Amino acid sequence: MSTTLPHPDLGVQTNYLTADYGWKSWLFTTDHKRIALLYLFSITAFFFVGGAFAVMMRINLLSPNGVFAHDTYNKLFTMHGVIMVFFFLVPSIPATLGNFLIPPMIGARDLAFPRINLLSWYIYIAGGVLALSAIVRGGVDTGWTFYAPFSSTYSNTHVILAAMGVFVAGFSSILTGLNFIITIHTMRAPGMYWSRLPLFVWGHYATALIQVLATPVLAITLFLLGLERVLHTGIFDPNLGGDPVLFQHLFWFYSHPAVYIMILPGMAVMSELIACFSRKAIFGYGFVAFSSVAIAVLGFLVWGHHLFVAGQSMYASMVFSFISFLVAVPSAIKVFNWTATMYQGSISYETPMLYAFGFIGLFTIGGLTGLFLATMAIDVHVTDTYFVIAHFHYVMVGGMVMAYLGGIHFWFPKISGRLYPESWAKFAALVIFVGFNLTFFPQFILGYLGMPRRYATYAEEFHVLNVMSTAGASILGFGYLIPMIYLAWAWRYGPKSPQNPWHAKGLEWEQSPTPPPTFNFIEPPIVTEPAYNYAGSDKEASLG
Amino acid sequence: MAESDVALQRPSELRHHFDDVVQQREASTLGMWAFLATEVLFFGGMFCAYTIYRSAYHGAFESTSQFMNVTIGGINTGVLICSSLTMALAVRAAQLGQKKPLIWLLILTLVLGGVFLGLKGVEYHEKYVEHHVPGPGFRYAEAQYAHQAELLFFLYFAMTGLHALHMIVGAGLITTLIVMAARNRFSAGWYTPVDMIGLYWHFVDIVWIFLFPLLYLIGHTK
Amino acid sequence: MGSFSIFPPRASVGAAEVDALYAFLLLVGCGMTALIFACVCFFAIKYRRRSADDRPKAIHGSVPLEIAWSVIPFLIMLVMFGWGTRLYFQNYTPPRRGTLDIYVTGKQWMWKVQYPDGQREINELHVPTGRAVKLTLASEDVIHSFYIPAFRLKHDVVPGSYQTFWFEPTKPGRYHIFCAEYCGTNHSRMIGWVTVMDPARYATWLAGGGTGETMAALGEKVFEQYGCVTCHVMDRQGRCPSLRDVFGKPVQLSDGRTVLADEPYIRESILNPNAKIVKGYHPNVMPVFQGQIAEEPLLQLIVYIKSLSAPSGAPSTSQEVSK
Repeated sequence: MSTTLPHPDLGVQTNYLTADYGWKSWLFTTDHKRIALLYLFSITAFFFVGGAFAVMMRINLLSPNGVFAHDTYNKLFTMHGVIMVFFFLVPSIPATLGNFLIPPMIGARDLAFPRINLLSWYIYIAGGVLALSAIVRGGVDTGWTFYAPFSSTYSNTHVILAAMGVFVAGFSSILTGLNFIITIHTMRAPGMYWSRLPLFVWGHYATALIQVLATPVLAITLFLLGLERVLHTGIFDPNLGGDPVLFQHLFWFYSHPAVYIMILPGMAVMSELIACFSRKAIFGYGFVAFSSVAIAVLGFLVWGHHLFVAGQSMYASMVFSFISFLVAVPSAIKVFNWTATMYQGSISYETPMLYAFGFIGLFTIGGLTGLFLATMAIDVHVTDTYFVIAHFHYVMVGGMVMAYLGGIHFWFPKISGRLYPESWAKFAALVIFVGFNLTFFPQFILGYLGMPRRYATYAEEFHVLNVMSTAGASILGFGYLIPMIYLAWAWRYGPKSPQNPWHAKGLEWEQSPTPPPTFNFIEPPIVTEPAYNYAGSDKEASLG
Repeated sequence: MAESDVALQRPSELRHHFDDVVQQREASTLGMWAFLATEVLFFGGMFCAYTIYRSAYHGAFESTSQFMNVTIGGINTGVLICSSLTMALAVRAAQLGQKKPLIWLLILTLVLGGVFLGLKGVEYHEKYVEHHVPGPGFRYAEAQYAHQAELLFFLYFAMTGLHALHMIVGAGLITTLIVMAARNRFSAGWYTPVDMIGLYWHFVDIVWIFLFPLLYLIGHTK
Repeated sequence: MGSFSIFPPRASVGAAEVDALYAFLLLVGCGMTALIFACVCFFAIKYRRRSADDRPKAIHGSVPLEIAWSVIPFLIMLVMFGWGTRLYFQNYTPPRRGTLDIYVTGKQWMWKVQYPDGQREINELHVPTGRAVKLTLASEDVIHSFYIPAFRLKHDVVPGSYQTFWFEPTKPGRYHIFCAEYCGTNHSRMIGWVTVMDPARYATWLAGGGTGETMAALGEKVFEQYGCVTCHVMDRQGRCPSLRDVFGKPVQLSDGRTVLADEPYIRESILNPNAKIVKGYHPNVMPVFQGQIAEEPLLQLIVYIKSLSAPSGAPSTSQEVSK
C-alpha cells in the first residue's frame, strides 16, 4: 500500500483546524471534523449540566430525610435523566468520534450529506435550548420516562417544553444515523469491502440503523403526549377511555433500542482500542461484526421487559423475557472475542487500554445484571428499585462513558495534533474506576434490599449504603474533572504528535495526516489488506 | 497536483466529496429511501394506537364511522393518485430534459395537492360545525360513546392532520422545484431533486392510500 | 447493630424461591465475571509488550470456540429463563378459590385498604400466616406500584384496570410497603406497613376492628343508587343477565368466546358494557358508567356481586378465618 504523505518537516501543512479562521468558519462549516468538534463541545457542556444534577441528587441522598424539597428532588432526577440520555449518551460517540472518523476510516473525503450533518448539529442545539429552558423555567418532574397519566394530566411542570426538546433532538439523531448509513454504503474507497471495514464502522452502522428506525416512534409518542396534555382527548387517560399502558409500549419501543444506540458505539470503540494495544487483529472479526447487527435487530423485540409488572399479559412477558436472554448472547460473544484478542498479543497499558480494561469488566457486570432483570420472577422484586439504576449505570457509565473517554484519548492526537499527558490520564482513569464502583456497586445491594428508585427520602436501614454511594460519587465527579483540565491544556500546550503515535492500523492513522487536512487525504486511498493487519505486511505501514 | 485537472472535468453539480455523479445519485436515492423508512415508523406509531383503540371500542367506532365523509375522502383519493401520476410524468420530463412539460406537470401536481388540501379544509370545517373537533367544544349525540368517540376523532384529526402537514411540506418542496426548473437548473444529466421529491410525494400518497380505507371505508354503513 | 445481609427479611412462601433463583444467578454472574477478570488480568500480564518490535502472529478466530461460547451461556440462560418464568407464573396467578381477598386502592399519596368485613386502613395491611391472600389493586389517579420487599412482590397499580397478586405469608412481623412507580411529589412518602400475624392473633385483630358495614353491604347500596337494581333484579323482559351465581364462573359471549367472570370482567361490564355482550343479549342497552363511579365504591359493588355467588368450597372472607 503506497503512502505519499509529505514529510512532516517540509513546510507548514494546513489541516482542518488551520484551513480557515473565525466564528463563521466554524458555525457554517460543512467539514465533518469541525462539526464533530462542535458536537464535542456541546455534548461535554450537557454532560456537566446532567452531572451537576447528579451531584445534587447524591447530596440529597446522604440523609434518609433528604435535603431538598421533594418537588425539587423529583425535578433533579428527571432533568438528570433527560439530559444524560438524550443530550449526552445518545449523541456522544456517534456525533463526535463517529462524525470525525467514519469518513477517513473508509477512505472518504466527507460524509454523504455534509450540509445535513451541520443541520443535525443545529437541530441538536435547538432541542437543547428547549430542554434547558424547561429547566430554567422551573423544571420537569415526570421522570425521564414521562409516564402517563401523570405526565399527561397531573404534573404541573413544563412537560411540553421538555418533551419538545427531546422531540427536536430526536431528529438530530435520525439525520446523523441516515448520514452514516448512506456514507458507509456508497462512499467506501476502492478495496474497502464490507469485510474489511473497521469494526468501529460496523458498530456505527448498526447504531445508525436503530437511530433511523426507532427514533421516529419516540417522536410520535411525544407528539401524542403533547396533544393529550393540551387537548385532554383521552388517548392515555383511563377516565376518558384511554390506556396509560399504551404510552409505555410506545415509549419503550424506542427507548429500549435507544440503549443499544448508546452502547453499540462504545463497543465499536473497544474493538479499535483492543486491537491496537494488543497489536493483534480482533479475534472473530466476522462474529463481532455480525453481533453488532444482531444486537440492533433483536433490540427492537424486547421492549416489553420494561412492562413485566405493568399489567402486561404474562404470555407476552414470557416472550419478551426469552428474547431478552437472546440479545445477551451477541454481547457476550463480543466480550469473549475481545478477551481472546488479547491472547498471545503484545499488550501495552496506555490510557486508552486502561479504559478498555475498565469497559470489559464493568460492561460484563452490567450486562450480567441485565440477566437478573430478564428473569421475570426476579424482575418483579427488583424492577423500579436501585438494582435497575445500578444495572444501567454500569452499562452506560461503566461501559459507554469509559469507552467514550478511551476513544477521546486514543484519537486525541489525530484530532488535535498533540499528545495528552499520559501520567495524569492514567491517574484520572484510576480515580474514575474507583469512584464509579464505589458509587454504583452499593446500589445493587440497595435494590435487592428493596429501596425503590426516585425516592427523595428513604427508610433508615438504607442509610449506610447511600452514604457509601455518595462518597463514591464525589470521587467520580472529581475524576471526570481531571481530563477536562489536562485535555484542554494539552490542546493548546501539549507536545506535537507524530503521524501515528500508537502505530495503529487503519486508514485514519496510516494514510491521513495528523491532524487531517480538510478532505482527509492527500491522495485517494486504495485498500489492499484486511482490517487490523498488525501481523501481515512486509513493511512498516506507518510513518513517524 | 491532479485535483485541479480533475476539477475541469467535474460537472458543476458534482459535490466535492463524491467521486462521480453515479456515486452521488446513489447516495441521494438511498438517503431518500432511508428517510422514507423513518416516516413509515413515524406514522406507524399512530396507526398502532388507532388499531388498538378501534378494536377496543368497536361499538363507538361503528358509531363514528357514519360521520366520515366518504364522498370527499373518495374524491381526495382520486385527486392524490392523479397528482402522483403528474409527479411521475414530471420526473420523466426531467429525465428527458424537457423543461416546459416539467414545469407544467409540477404546477399541475401542486394544483392537485392544493385541491386535496382545500377539500380537507371543507371536511374539517364540517367536523367543526358538527362539534366533532376534540377539545372543549366536543359534543357527541350518542352520549354513551362520548368519551370513546372523542378519542377516535382525536386519532382521525391527528393522523389526517399529520398527513396534511406532510403534504404542505411537499407543496413547498414542489414550489422550490418549479423555481429551480424555471431557472434551468435541471437537465437530462442531473435532475436528482425532482427524482427525490417525487419519491417523497409518492410516499405521502401511499400513506393516504392506507388512511382512506382504515378511517373512511371500514365500518361505514351509510 | 444486627448482622448485615444482602437479603431483606423473607416473609412469604414465594420469597424463599425468589432468593434461591437470585442466588443461582449470583453464582453464575460472579463465576462469569471472575472468569473474564481472570482471563483479562492473566493475558494482560503474560502477554505484556516486551519490546517495541513485538509482532504477535495473527489468530483470526475459531468457529468451534465461537459456537461453544455462544451455546453454553445460552443453555445456562435457558435455565434462568425456565425457572424465572415458572416462578413468575406461580407468583402472579392467584389460586382460584380459597383466597383471603383484600382490596387496595392507591391514590396520591396513600394506600387505602378495604377488608370485606368492613375494616378500613390507611397505609397498613394486616394478614395472617398460612393463608393465600389475594390483593386486588386499583388506582384513583396515576400509576402507582404496590411493593412488599419481604414478599419479593410488586405490581403496578394502573388507573382504569384492576391488577392482582397473591402471597402466602409465613413469618409474623412488620414489613415495608413502598410505592414503586413514581407518582408525584410525595412518591417517597407513599409507604406503609404490612403486619403478618399468626392466625389466632389475626382473628383477635379482626374481631377488634371497626364496626363499619361490610363491603358487600356497602356495595348493595351502590347497586341501588345507580339503578342497577331496576334491570338486573326487577326486570322481567330479559333485557339483562341475572347476577346470581355469575362471579367466578365462565360466561358465554355473543361473539362465541367464553371468558371468566372475575373482578376485571365485572369492572369492564360496568364501565364499558359494550365491550363484551353476553350471549342472548344485545349491545347498547346497559348505560356506560365510565367516569361515573369512583374506585372505592366500584370495588364495593364488585364484592357485593361476588356475594351473590354461592361460596365455592374454602372460606373466602376473613370472617371465616376465625373458625
